[in-house]
Amino acid sequence: MNAAPQRDAYDVVVIGAGPAGLAATATASAAGLSTLLLDENPGPGGQVWRAIASTPVTARDQLGADYWAGAELVGEVRSSKAEIIHRATVWSLDRHLEIGISIGGASAFVKARRVILATGALERPFPIPGWTLPGVMTAGAAQTMLKSSALVPDSRTVISGQGPLLWLLAAQILRLGGRIDRILDTTERKNYLAALPHAFAFVTSAYFTKGLAMMREVKAKVEVTTGVTELAAAGEGRLASVSYVAGNHRETIPADLLLLHQGVVPNVNLAMAAGVEHRWDNLQLCWSPALDGNGGTSVEGIAIAGDGAGISGANAAVVRGRIAARGAVEALAPAAAAKLSPMAALHADLAKAERGRAFLDTLFRPARQFRIPAGDTIVCRCEEVTARDIVDAVAIGATGPNQLKAYRRTGMGPCQGRLCGLTVTELMAEARGKTPQEIGYYRLRAPVKPITLAELAAMPKTDDDVKAVVRG
Amino acid sequence: MTKLADAIIVGGGIHGCSTALHLTLAGMKPVLIEKDYAGRHASGVNAGGVRQLARHVAEIPLSIRSMGIWERINELLDDDCSFESHGQVLVAENETELAACRARVAELNALGFTHEELIDGTELRRLVPAVADTCPGGVVSRRDGAANPAQTTTAFRRKAEQLGATVREGVAASNVRREDGLWRVDVGSETYAAPVLVNAAGAWAGRIAAALGEPVPVETVAPMLMITSRVPHFIDPVVILRGRKLSFKQFKNGTVLIGGGHLATPDQDRNETVLDWPSLAISARTVFELFPVMRDATIMRAWAGIEAKTKDDLPVLGPSAHHAGLYHQFGFSLHGFQLGPGAGAVMAELIVNGGTQTRIGDLSIDRFRPSNS
Repeated sequence: MNAAPQRDAYDVVVIGAGPAGLAATATASAAGLSTLLLDENPGPGGQVWRAIASTPVTARDQLGADYWAGAELVGEVRSSKAEIIHRATVWSLDRHLEIGISIGGASAFVKARRVILATGALERPFPIPGWTLPGVMTAGAAQTMLKSSALVPDSRTVISGQGPLLWLLAAQILRLGGRIDRILDTTERKNYLAALPHAFAFVTSAYFTKGLAMMREVKAKVEVTTGVTELAAAGEGRLASVSYVAGNHRETIPADLLLLHQGVVPNVNLAMAAGVEHRWDNLQLCWSPALDGNGGTSVEGIAIAGDGAGISGANAAVVRGRIAARGAVEALAPAAAAKLSPMAALHADLAKAERGRAFLDTLFRPARQFRIPAGDTIVCRCEEVTARDIVDAVAIGATGPNQLKAYRRTGMGPCQGRLCGLTVTELMAEARGKTPQEIGYYRLRAPVKPITLAELAAMPKTDDDVKAVVRG
Repeated sequence: MTKLADAIIVGGGIHGCSTALHLTLAGMKPVLIEKDYAGRHASGVNAGGVRQLARHVAEIPLSIRSMGIWERINELLDDDCSFESHGQVLVAENETELAACRARVAELNALGFTHEELIDGTELRRLVPAVADTCPGGVVSRRDGAANPAQTTTAFRRKAEQLGATVREGVAASNVRREDGLWRVDVGSETYAAPVLVNAAGAWAGRIAAALGEPVPVETVAPMLMITSRVPHFIDPVVILRGRKLSFKQFKNGTVLIGGGHLATPDQDRNETVLDWPSLAISARTVFELFPVMRDATIMRAWAGIEAKTKDDLPVLGPSAHHAGLYHQFGFSLHGFQLGPGAGAVMAELIVNGGTQTRIGDLSIDRFRPSNS
């Protein structure tokens, strides 16, 4: 499973083996299209079903039924004719649908007639004072360790933030015998009121009963402080304490581990680097690709499915994967499309899976002070650029994230903007009195993930390459 | 509504911004029109080489003029532009190439130019210790160096604005025409009018020249660059090769910029480029061979900026051959960044004084007139 691609060209290349990518692969392959599934992880599942084929956590109730739902889809893909390559890093995609991949230290290129991006979500940056201290990590990173290695915190642990994944992680840690000293809930009180109009759809959705049960389970075991409006981590060289303000109450809690989470946002890097048009989503407060009804983007031949198309969770991701793949089948092998679920049925499934999403988006819309930091708080971890540095750069003429690169090198480090991009856009928008849409985002460039010089140098030469050089 | 200005400059690259600044220094109030933002294309994303080395003889006087300005850039702009002068070194990889270097330096000396200096293998390794042992020597231009291109272009723009230039970004200049003795350009719903028009529109300048009846053999190109992760400091000067397409520069923060002129496919109407990875792989192979210390570095990012390249690889700089009050400043063909400060100064002299002491006659648009070609 770790070899180079068997062919130079495929009908469909799916990037990412989470719920959307697995569903897209199964659908495209079932219709007889030559399909390649590329995934960065050692096994299928993405983040939500991480290590589904290998996790040491075998007691089913510990990770929950939603987790194990992934196993069936993995089986469907594995029994299909699709070629699957894990530990494959896709570092380039362009509008000619040429895909640069790094597999086992060597680079390869494949060409696709259709590309389905299922690159999922990233955790939203949570730039509070002290967030770069050792001992502070994202909830997602903690969950990765939990699923892959059954590792849970056993020292003084504080979880802070908001959103469904925060509660899921807390429940999973507790079920595996991990320690949580306190949960600091940053959900804004005004959001409860704003979310009310969407409450009916939510209480009648699948999220409701599961979510409620999970929160009850956690609250029975851990002290939860709600209405947190200020948060800071502190310590000399590593985390020693977490301070917060909730209402009139101010407290400092000693802590060895602080897990932060305030929701997830689409992982846009590969799509943006390919030239896919994105727009600012003012509810989810992130960039989302501009898509047609079947996940098609502004770049001919590239579709996006799953949370990369806008956050809507694993169940919706599966349906969106099937829709995008059906779109590819309709374009490339219309006769085979008749065997698949009709598009109308898929869209009905999608509406059902997305029910309740507006409530969650509104309730868990992160507060301004946790998205737009001030003063000495670090924004860009790679280059150690503070919020004040960025405001100062605006004052001397930096008009957007790309100009800021020249002043401060933000977004030019190894994370390629994943940890600072949204913060920089919103901070500059506020400093300049513009909307995030007007301010824009970093122009992202391949390699979307770093590759070594030696690996690039070893790229196979072809006759066309030689001609390209003569022409240049 | 029509607004009057002393000059209209189309294009907010380093050339347009430098001309705008030098016009304000001469007491004029120009307006600069940039369809995106200053430094959006080649001027902001080039390799930042400040190089007199290995230039065509026709542009050496302009390059020398520019070098004088670079060395006082902080005084001019109140911004150091991250300019550093550690020299630029051209590496000969074998004796044949070294012989060509020797002939070149002799030719320049005969013309009275002394900035290029032939060096042997010992001096080469003193300047560039990491270079492969097989390289027998090369040429150095010791006053050369590098600067941060986006910072520099922005600094010119900012200073020009401070001294009274109007900078209009985000709206394209359209309907360029001459009426009632004035150049007129529409910018959105407004019209600017001025006795002087400077065409400094980079990759878009050829279209303007052609529309005004002065077509120039110019194509749109997008030279590619890539930058690595930080590696331990191992090199000070900028290095270019005599025989292969490679330029190489390590920044203070340890990152290494690799360029050399391999081209991406530009799409100028979309403001986009599609990178040619097989060509970048060739650059990677060249670095791999010549600088073993770089083998484990990672490539962080690759990009290309859109610009204009003329048929003879020389810029068009000077007055129009057809129209009073029209000046061209474009077609810098992958080596215009270092020339920017000097070209703006020269352009201001041409506009204000009607002439310049700097020898630029060979860069005239006249050379492309049908009768001259």
